[in-house]
Amino acid sequence: MSPLLSVSNVSKTFEVNGRTVTALDNISFDVAKGECLAIVGESGSGKSTIANIILGIYGATAGSLTFDGAALPAKRTKDHRRAIQLVQQNPLSSLNPRRSIGASLRLALDVHHIGDIKGRTARTGELLEEVGLPVDFRTRSPSALSGGQRQRVAIARALACQSELVVLDEPTSALDVLVQARVLKLLKDLKQARGLTYIFITHDLSVVRNIADRVAVFEKGKLIEIGETETIFANPNHVYTRRLIGAVPVVSQEEALLRDRIMEQENGNA
Amino acid sequence: MKKTLLILTRNPLSLIGLILVAIVVFSAIFADFITPFPEHVGAVVDFVNFNKPPQWPYIFGTDLVGRDLFTRVVYAYRISLVLGIVVLAIAVPIGVTVGLAAGYLGGWAEYVLMRITDVFLSIPPLVLAMSVMGLLEPTLTNGMIAVTVMWWPWYTRLVYNIARSEKEEGYVLAAEVIGASKTHIMFREILPNCVPSIITKMTLDFGFVILIASSLSFLGLGVQPPTPDLGSMVAEGAKYLPDSWWLTVFPGLAILIAVFGFNLIGDALREILGIDQ
Repeated sequence: MSPLLSVSNVSKTFEVNGRTVTALDNISFDVAKGECLAIVGESGSGKSTIANIILGIYGATAGSLTFDGAALPAKRTKDHRRAIQLVQQNPLSSLNPRRSIGASLRLALDVHHIGDIKGRTARTGELLEEVGLPVDFRTRSPSALSGGQRQRVAIARALACQSELVVLDEPTSALDVLVQARVLKLLKDLKQARGLTYIFITHDLSVVRNIADRVAVFEKGKLIEIGETETIFANPNHVYTRRLIGAVPVVSQEEALLRDRIMEQENGNA
Repeated sequence: MKKTLLILTRNPLSLIGLILVAIVVFSAIFADFITPFPEHVGAVVDFVNFNKPPQWPYIFGTDLVGRDLFTRVVYAYRISLVLGIVVLAIAVPIGVTVGLAAGYLGGWAEYVLMRITDVFLSIPPLVLAMSVMGLLEPTLTNGMIAVTVMWWPWYTRLVYNIARSEKEEGYVLAAEVIGASKTHIMFREILPNCVPSIITKMTLDFGFVILIASSLSFLGLGVQPPTPDLGSMVAEGAKYLPDSWWLTVFPGLAILIAVFGFNLIGDALREILGIDQ
């Protein structure tokens, strides 16, 4: 099967105070349709740079991108914008505080002429329901919503224009643990239901284990390791990967049992 | 909006501001009904009652050709308010658009637009307005043009600074990723976040526009007689101080009330809306 997105030999350098800084050094990887590829690495490893290049926020210094079999230029067509969407880390700033939730969702429908004008308001309601929020949130302002609710709206917005590839830029790192788990569950369900492809940028390896099919490990602008999540966790080839995995807090046997029991109760209640 | 108004009435200072502004606006609108001698707005001469100190029915006294000063002050308010509204109605949209474009687009647009703005800002406001008036005939319309020319850059600078910081917010990135047009992002996403600051500045400026227009006519560069104007009334009366004090004091107080009232409200709004200047 041909990949949905392929990144080949991409490099990116920035000019900072006359010095050239290499943010990405000859990166190549593919993302298959329907998979979730996690990109992990410390801050400064280049994981945000590659996200910005995929989103077309800026171009690469060298190398090329292919989307759905066709070249993906730095200057995006409207259809490319529609197909590749983003969920940002900070749900507090990603929604305009002075526009209603409905207006923020509607923007994507208006820009891409999805549905007729009358149907769009109804469509925003459907989108809210799809992410588990009540329809009457449409008229609310973002300030009336909690962080988790805002992040759900941001997810709904990313889906509004029938996107195919969603770049998730640390979508759960600003949320507390319980909300984090629910948002991850929602993302998984939506991926299943809509056949979405995710690029999940994070530094939280427990989240990676939960959602990712494959993992790409970045260090200092280089892609040092890529493979199936299971394989990488079981047998990290690279010292750096081993250190990252080693830094994950481990749940003891007893705690794991306790957790399983509580989760069963939760599921029974739900 | 309603809430803001409610808070304004609770604070004693802003309540005074509201009352003063209400007096000014009320007299400007209902000038025809509250003035005893509406015909004194024009070139009327009454040599029997000229230069009279305050007395009934001339509560502010009469001027050198026997016209009721109260009538003329009230009508002057009407002209000042119209001037203030027109000046801000033209200067604000221009200044805001330039500021949004410079702040959001960046690059050469920012460079060119902000350098032009800086040129206007570098000239002292009154000097700029005076030179524009010097080039044009001194009429009410030209007075408005002169004040407008000096006023828009202040809105450009205000909005430019807000737009530059708002541009870094996630919602702008989100709109860009969706593929929204630059005009949409400037006017529908960023502009609503500038509105509280713009409204506050407009309230503060309204008084200053009246003051600047009065200063221009005080210098003989504004509205020409017989049209009543607070600035020219003060200038005219100043020649007869201290004997005919009412000629200067009442028009002067009228300017003070308008400027003070708008400033009190503007200051209160700034506090309520949490805007730093």
